[in-house]
Amino acid sequence: MSPILRVKSPGLHTTVQDLGRDGFADVGVPPSGALDAMALRLANALVGNEPDAAALEILVSGPALEVIAESAHVAFVGGTAGMSVQDAHHRSIAAGRSVHLKKGDVVKLGMLARTSCGYLAVEGGINVPRVLGSASTYTRGTLGGFEGRALRAGDVLQGIDSKSEREELQLAAPLDAEFDAPIRVVLGPQDDHFTGAAIEEFLAGIYIVSAQADRMGFRLEGPVLAHTHGYNIVSDGIVSGSIQVPGSGQPIVLMRDYQTIGGYPKIATVVSPDISRLGRRSPGAKVRFAKMSRDEAEAIYREEQTEIAKRIANLRAARDEPSLNVEALYDENLIGGIVSARE
Amino acid sequence: MTDVRFLPAGDRALVVEFGDTIERALSERVLRLATRLRELRLQGVVEMLPTFRSLLVRYDPLQTSGATLEKEIEAHLADEAGAQEQTRLWQIPACYDRRCAPDLDEVAERTKLTTNEVVARHSGTRFLVYVVGFAAGFPYMGDLPPELVLPRRTDPRVRVPAGSIAMATTLTGIYPLESPGGWHLIGAAPIRLFDPTWERPALLRPGDFAKFEPVDFAEYERVRAAVERNDYDVPFTMIAS
Repeated sequence: MSPILRVKSPGLHTTVQDLGRDGFADVGVPPSGALDAMALRLANALVGNEPDAAALEILVSGPALEVIAESAHVAFVGGTAGMSVQDAHHRSIAAGRSVHLKKGDVVKLGMLARTSCGYLAVEGGINVPRVLGSASTYTRGTLGGFEGRALRAGDVLQGIDSKSEREELQLAAPLDAEFDAPIRVVLGPQDDHFTGAAIEEFLAGIYIVSAQADRMGFRLEGPVLAHTHGYNIVSDGIVSGSIQVPGSGQPIVLMRDYQTIGGYPKIATVVSPDISRLGRRSPGAKVRFAKMSRDEAEAIYREEQTEIAKRIANLRAARDEPSLNVEALYDENLIGGIVSARE
Repeated sequence: MTDVRFLPAGDRALVVEFGDTIERALSERVLRLATRLRELRLQGVVEMLPTFRSLLVRYDPLQTSGATLEKEIEAHLADEAGAQEQTRLWQIPACYDRRCAPDLDEVAERTKLTTNEVVARHSGTRFLVYVVGFAAGFPYMGDLPPELVLPRRTDPRVRVPAGSIAMATTLTGIYPLESPGGWHLIGAAPIRLFDPTWERPALLRPGDFAKFEPVDFAEYERVRAAVERNDYDVPFTMIAS
């Protein structure tokens, strides 16, 4: 283990995350872990890591990091904005592609585009002490990750100075944020605390992600949901995706750093693959919900695992044009005319 | 067991609900089921979270399904208590000195008791740890004697000091870390409630019992210093659960 990256500027809220910790809900510790688990897994795969290796989660606007190891093999997955590398050439590296960097290079992630979270993985993983079985940061509990907090300028991250000769890889297709896709839910556990009209409103209405959206929960604004018998329940267990409705009638989707028990009725639960999809949305983004049965939701979870495995199996050698941010060009429709020719 | 409800909580968890009130009898059923399921090690169960009146069971849909798990759990609802028939009774040092108890006078006034009577009733009660949550290691314990029951504060504090012993409604608890809080602060415990390096990272766990042992301010400071040096263990005895 040796120092690999120095934080020159930290970005808005950059934390070390893996796929989270299970098994401590009964002592009040939520899972934490990546908001967009799919993007984390793909970023890790691009540099040859295990899917749950620790990487940097970047929210909204990214850090600038100086390579202080002899070399570092890194990849960023999340939206369409890539990395800019300040080296002799000032390269820009597309999202969804890995690249070898050398000592003194500075990699900079600016404002993210077409997502609000992304993952910078480093071959060998970010090395932080595992706390309760995970490297994930739970900032509210000052637990895990890098000293239990978001990164600050001057922090030095440890990893493996690998002098890797692994091939640079890229995703076969960019990871679409799916902003227009409905967020799928299973009703319950307390849907019987809401009027029939409230359930209909919830499923038909359009909600907007409010400014109060963080790793703990996303407060939504939209149709007010009426409770049948008050908005207090005897507190019971929360999971990632629980949708609480407090007295305001405005739903709150609990994300990864939630309080483990809660005293508001939960109208529904977001299916786990769609927590990633919701995690990509920024304040102002639209959210529509669609209900499904639990059996369907479990099937979707299983399909999602297959889909991720397929994307990983389909990683391919990076094209030798690292200065062109192809995904961003597609996104901005500058070369949209040739999209159909790609398949 | 017709009063038990199975409720879905998405694609990776289900809730076994025994009722919707805070009472010992419900909690005992929740804890008994949790103990039993821990012994059974059903395929695909990731973790369990016992609360006042329900058990949240998280599972891996690659290894089981909610429908399968419900059938398996249903078959064991009537099982007798599991092997763990002993539980811990913690003796928690508690300083009710005004320096540690900013709300003690107000609580006395509102309950029409003297401060000594409030302390005597609080420290004279054996509490059950119903749930650990809100913050890592925060124990929700009950039940308070009926004459101590008060609603939450109307003006929650932004900062409640770590170690504060607090009460609201029928419950009492201890804040593991400085955090916001809306309960009445009637004392302080100089102990550590949560440490991720412990094998059991929370001192108090659902199903444990606790009793507060009054200490004066000098003893409070002495114990606190010992805790800082990692030279203090909270005493407990094993009792029948």
